Amino acid sequence: MALDATTATAGPAMAPARPGLTLQRFARRRSTIAFLMALPLITVIAGLVAWPAGYAIYLSTLNRRMTSFIGLGNFEILLDSETFLMVIWQSCFFAITAVVLKALLGFWLAHQLHHIPTKGQRIWRGLLLLPWVVPPALSTLGWWWMFDPSYSSLNWILNAIGAPSVPWLGEPWWARISVIIVNVWAGTPFFMIMYLAALKSVPDQLYEAAAIDGATGWQGLRYVTLPMMRNIISITVLFSLIVTFANYDIVRVLTNGGPRDLTHVFASYAFQVGVLAGNIPRGAAVSLFMFPLLAIVAFFVLRGVNQRSKEMA
Amino acid sequence: MSATAASPSAAVPGLGRRIGSLRKERRWALLTAYISLVVAAIVMLAPPFYMLITSLKTSAEISDLSGTPWIVRNPTLDNYWALISDPMFRGFFFNSVKITVCVVAITMVISVFAAFSLARMKFFGSGVLATGVFLTYLVPDTLLFIPLYQIVGNLGLLNSIWGLVLVYPTLTVPFCTWIMIGYFASIPKELDEAALIDGANWMQMLTRIFIPVALPGIIAATIFAFTVSWAAFVYPTAFITRPDEMPLTIGVVSQLIRGDTFAWGQLMAGALLAALPPVIVYAFLMDYYVAGLTAGATKG
Repeated sequence: MALDATTATAGPAMAPARPGLTLQRFARRRSTIAFLMALPLITVIAGLVAWPAGYAIYLSTLNRRMTSFIGLGNFEILLDSETFLMVIWQSCFFAITAVVLKALLGFWLAHQLHHIPTKGQRIWRGLLLLPWVVPPALSTLGWWWMFDPSYSSLNWILNAIGAPSVPWLGEPWWARISVIIVNVWAGTPFFMIMYLAALKSVPDQLYEAAAIDGATGWQGLRYVTLPMMRNIISITVLFSLIVTFANYDIVRVLTNGGPRDLTHVFASYAFQVGVLAGNIPRGAAVSLFMFPLLAIVAFFVLRGVNQRSKEMA
Repeated sequence: MSATAASPSAAVPGLGRRIGSLRKERRWALLTAYISLVVAAIVMLAPPFYMLITSLKTSAEISDLSGTPWIVRNPTLDNYWALISDPMFRGFFFNSVKITVCVVAITMVISVFAAFSLARMKFFGSGVLATGVFLTYLVPDTLLFIPLYQIVGNLGLLNSIWGLVLVYPTLTVPFCTWIMIGYFASIPKELDEAALIDGANWMQMLTRIFIPVALPGIIAATIFAFTVSWAAFVYPTAFITRPDEMPLTIGVVSQLIRGDTFAWGQLMAGALLAALPPVIVYAFLMDYYVAGLTAGATKG
């Protein structure tokens, strides 16, 4: 707005007869340029996100050969199948367990990292961030090798301390736990980094005031740290919930859905049905099942971000 | 914190014991912190370490079950040489480089212009668009890969790296635009007013003021675009089945695993080589990246 004011005062000097029109033309030109600058972005969003999303809905209403319209047929077939109900259950179980563990471990590590002298924090942060830096598909290969039934190096450690070997990827429950372990391993550093940044933004005076009032360390955490970080915690958790819920690489590399399709999540099942088995409409329908939950989560994330930016302003 | 808390109580006589216990408490807290961090570092670094150990072993040593698998007795670089001299693996690498360079360039051009326009030059619908950018950032790639598979197929770009160059911007552009909006919005308005008075046009304002001032943000966004397109997995797995068009991630996962006899040493060497570029980038530019990442959530 201040910009327009400067131009308005400069305007009469250039076009003394019609100052109002110059201003108008300027404003119009400015918004035209702005629109042109944003046009590539609009093209990407419209062409590669909005259009495919609409196309997915259209695809999901077709039959297998994509020749006729079958309405909600694909969704009905899916909800009738035992395997798909298992996929829904497994996706929710996987996402919720993994996110809770990541949030707790990340908070714990961020807290400990915040406590040590500042000079040492950089190197520890660098070390602990490594799992998050390596592309997940590749680090999962390493885990896959550590879970190998005959050469498992994790079982070697277990045996060395006297515990029995674990059938990591062979048994459904162990396979589920293995997938969660890898996801927690890869995702905890993200939480740690976000929480560490949030912890650093809590002013020291608040802790000093709390300490003078006789607060214990636990009370300081409960009544100072957590309320100050509430927003960032909820944004991080919700965001991670989306990413974890839609995870594909870990399941694909580690178990590929096995044993007996019991570790499939939405993404890997959609891939199996849509791309590998060639039933594109049904695969699209599987993916679309993720949408309602993602929409709800996205709504809360957006609200959190808005609140947060109001607080910062 | 406890140290500052101790000074007021020191002023009160008879609280000497309390100070001692506070100091002890602090020592315990520090000890807990270091123990947690050491344990966490061991857990976090064990898999990459084990991958490295395996990649240095011969197949004979890998299949030898006597003794601990966690050390290497006769280290050899054969696995790495075999990969580097393998034209297929070099092909994966060059495909990844080509894709990543194109995607990073496209992403940065699109998002810098869009962010400048959204942060400074409001137009009809720009507020909605900014929210839309954030929402598309929340859309995971696994939600849309099937329709995109059809679309890319209709364009005849399946099994081509150009199909990947076309769709990767969906992964990178929204977040890069989002953090660039944050960085641009934090630049004081007085700077652009001064530039306008000096007769600069919008383009000059962008290249002479905004880009230099927001350079840390641009570096962060570039690193993000680089890591995401280097590590992308869903799209190449779906779109590419011909080995000569595969980028590294899917190439290592699908082509180095052959039949029942896994060449574990070579597989781990391949995974490590493929993971090396992002790790090197982080080693040097971690601070920028962390700043950009946390800004994405905190600046809003």
